[in-house]
Amino acid sequence: MTANEAHFDYVLRLADDGLILSQRLGEWCGHAPALETDLSLTNIALDLIGQATLFLSYAGEMEGKGRDADKLAFHRDVTKYRNCLLVEQPNGDFGRTIARQFIFSTYQYALYQQLSSSTDRRLAEIAAKALKETTYHAELAAEWVVRLGDGTEESNRRLKDGFEWCWRFVEELFVTEPGDAALVSAGIAVDAAKLRPAFDAVLAATFAEATLPLPKFPRPVTGGRKGHHSEHLGHLLAEMQFLPRAYPDAVW
Amino acid sequence: MANDPRPNEWPLWEVFIRAKHGLSHRHAGSVHAPDGDIALRHARDTYTRRMEGVSIWVIRSSDIVASDPGAAGPTFEPAESKVYRHPTFYIVPDHIKHI
Repeated sequence: MTANEAHFDYVLRLADDGLILSQRLGEWCGHAPALETDLSLTNIALDLIGQATLFLSYAGEMEGKGRDADKLAFHRDVTKYRNCLLVEQPNGDFGRTIARQFIFSTYQYALYQQLSSSTDRRLAEIAAKALKETTYHAELAAEWVVRLGDGTEESNRRLKDGFEWCWRFVEELFVTEPGDAALVSAGIAVDAAKLRPAFDAVLAATFAEATLPLPKFPRPVTGGRKGHHSEHLGHLLAEMQFLPRAYPDAVW
Repeated sequence: MANDPRPNEWPLWEVFIRAKHGLSHRHAGSVHAPDGDIALRHARDTYTRRMEGVSIWVIRSSDIVASDPGAAGPTFEPAESKVYRHPTFYIVPDHIKHI
């Protein structure tokens, strides 16, 4: 992998996490438990789509093969996607969606904090802009974790089940890929492993408030960063990519 | 609330937004939420999506004490015959805004 390919791959990972999670959150549109939570979740989805668009445009320019953000989003097959496995997981109920969001936004907040001082000016600018949005996502998700965890017997059980589903995908967020070392030493990429203490601190504080016991992490499942995805991603992409593939000239 | 017809519904909150160039908070609408903090989040997500606000207040709808519409006569009509209460007899200097 050349330095440029590794750089491209890194930006693609940043983009795909947001793109896939936004598609998942969009599935709640019209189905969330309340109109207000419907808006909360789809607002997060819109923020993430905006971030993904910026990352994908940059990735396309860097690649230099004439692929723009749309081309990369809608004309790329499942094995070429670089998102983590967590974000492609099905929504489940509101409890699982909140568990997934809390894990992801807490991670993304720590990531953007570091990335906003990247030596790659373009990445730093995107991260600085996105950090404000992600701060809100992380706060909102944490508030819901506390309320569901310290709520009724049913909300506590559903949230716990949701987290149980998600725990095995946490490790992948903090894994460094082979091409990353040079990017990290050049100050372009963030050393993912170094984000873990900040993540664990928020997790511990939020779980204490939510009266939840700290998790025992199961054996991790990884592979998303290499394009080895769960069966869920193909179905998600089929829905997301159908229209621009079936009607290539379709315009808004 | 024993007589609540929908006991599993979140309580209703009235939302007041202060716009960028507005001077005071104005009623924007209402949201359902389990508590004040989430009500603020819901108000933000529902009513400030298009940069409408710089400040949000929420208050439980049930905490608002309202005047009785049936008593509108005794409440409001006595003021009708007292035009001298309007400050129209004063000259307002040009540089005084927001009166």
